[in-house]
Amino acid sequence: MSEKENAPAAAPAKGEVPVSRERARQGRRKVLRTILLTGGVLGAGLSGYLPLVYARTSRLRPPGALDEKDFLSSCIKCGQCVQVCPVNAIKLADLIDGFGVGVPYIDARAQACDFSCDAVQCILACPTGSLTYHKPDFLPVREGAELSQKPTLIAKMNDPEPTLNMTERMGVARLTRPESCLAMKGEGFKGQARGPDFKGTMRYIKVDRWKPIPVADHPYDLPLCDLCMRECPIAGAISLEKFTGPDGQTRARPIVHENCVGCGVCEMICPTEPASITIIPREVWKS
Amino acid sequence: MSKLLTRRYIDQIKAMFGKEPAKPTEISPAAQKIHFYKKNNRDEIGELKHRRAHEKPSHKWRNRRWATLIFANLLFVFSYWLDIQVLEGALTASRFVGFHMADLNSALQVMLAHKHIITNLLIGTATVLLLWALLGGRTFCSWVCPYHLVAEWAEKIHLYLAKKKLVTDQPIDRRLRTVFWIVFAVLAVVTGYTVFEAISPTGILSRALIYGAGLSLLWVVALLVFEIFFSRRAWCRYACPIGLTYGVVGILSPVRIKYKLEGCFHEGDCRKVCLVPHVLETVIKGRAVEPEVALGPDCTRCGLCVDTCPTGSLSFEVKGLSKLL
Repeated sequence: MSEKENAPAAAPAKGEVPVSRERARQGRRKVLRTILLTGGVLGAGLSGYLPLVYARTSRLRPPGALDEKDFLSSCIKCGQCVQVCPVNAIKLADLIDGFGVGVPYIDARAQACDFSCDAVQCILACPTGSLTYHKPDFLPVREGAELSQKPTLIAKMNDPEPTLNMTERMGVARLTRPESCLAMKGEGFKGQARGPDFKGTMRYIKVDRWKPIPVADHPYDLPLCDLCMRECPIAGAISLEKFTGPDGQTRARPIVHENCVGCGVCEMICPTEPASITIIPREVWKS
Repeated sequence: MSKLLTRRYIDQIKAMFGKEPAKPTEISPAAQKIHFYKKNNRDEIGELKHRRAHEKPSHKWRNRRWATLIFANLLFVFSYWLDIQVLEGALTASRFVGFHMADLNSALQVMLAHKHIITNLLIGTATVLLLWALLGGRTFCSWVCPYHLVAEWAEKIHLYLAKKKLVTDQPIDRRLRTVFWIVFAVLAVVTGYTVFEAISPTGILSRALIYGAGLSLLWVVALLVFEIFFSRRAWCRYACPIGLTYGVVGILSPVRIKYKLEGCFHEGDCRKVCLVPHVLETVIKGRAVEPEVALGPDCTRCGLCVDTCPTGSLSFEVKGLSKLL
């Protein structure tokens, strides 16, 4: 061991190199290190482009979000929207979202926005206008993104002002897997909508208007499953159209209407795995 | 401020952007007298006192600073966790008892990328600008930024390894920080994304503390590893545009560290502990242009030099206020 340590000492002493040449070498090394750090930091910064290039899954954004590009550029990544949400529907994106690091999104299947706050508090909390009640004039509104009327919140039906201050939808609900839909199969549903381990919460107006409770604490017993329509917080957004199946049994088809704001409650509550009804983020209404 | 001090301070502003501070060409008669007197006099009692002070290094300012930094960051955390709503949000933007605050560099990135400024953001930015202009600009770095604290701990490991001769500090060109500042500003304008925010360890750490850890912490770990094994305090010294933004804000700040030439032994212990040693260039023997010199705007007012100075030649000063007291 000690021999090995002594080995470098046997090499010619450094002092033999003229000082100026040594200094020049150090200077060159410093330039190289500077280039290394430049490359590292810029590489890390621009790696944020990769997920965009690969067009990763598009995220559902909180209510009132600007169009994706503007949303990403204007969000200051502070999470104030996260803090005001009573059901903790809003999460902040991680590294895999590229330039979306720290930007809010909603995973509706895990926890949808059910407007338990009775308003759209996240919009009020946003300091940069990434979430906004009304888009500034210079930002275009995509056709079909605009809501034809202010959405009425069923929970607030008896209030003097029952509507939500939203002008654009977050997305649109679609029956993406009709073959697995219980109503389409004419089946009922009994028990906890998402099983006993599901952590998601929701406000049940008949239980407590002000306090959301776990979905697992609110079991159902339905002869024909109508959970998406039953729990939809927006008036006139989903209806069930009854029809008779080939076996003569009564079945129902969930129909999404123009009032749908894309909040995701139907996706969260749907008892099939995976959900039969899902939100298409930033989808527009096509009549 | 005398002409010499003004000249030196301008030189220090240039040093903040990456220029190496120049040797003074002219020194005031008062300072010259002290320089001369020191050369020819050995004060043995003074040296004895000095040696004794070396044995008991103070941690007064460091402890105060760490307490403040941890308190500020915990205030964010508990405002959310315990719902006490004093300081909501993260370091990038927040509400202090309802009043908007926005980090200057984050706000700048958003303005450049989005090219539209709403009133709340403007209010938040102006508030914070005023706050740090008064408190000393880069005071933000050492007294609030959570990355500064973990980097200080990493620095301790680096210095330990360096003492054991296992690593050596590899300095990098300080002009790089200015280049990064410009590059990230241009990137924000051109791409329309807040590119820097995606890799800002300040934002990443602040959010991780408040909202929970994520994969982006890997970047912070990578930076710390680089600093431990390769280049001491590399991010804060050579890369972070936030530091430069706050440095510029603090150019005319009344809060600063003051150097008194008279009692200084010119040993350079202060320069050894300093994150930005170029601001302490004036303590080198024969360089002080006046008997009292304020340190440059790149100084983070961390107080490590104040703690380490055995002669009390470095101290905090609030311009104007000190005269009143």
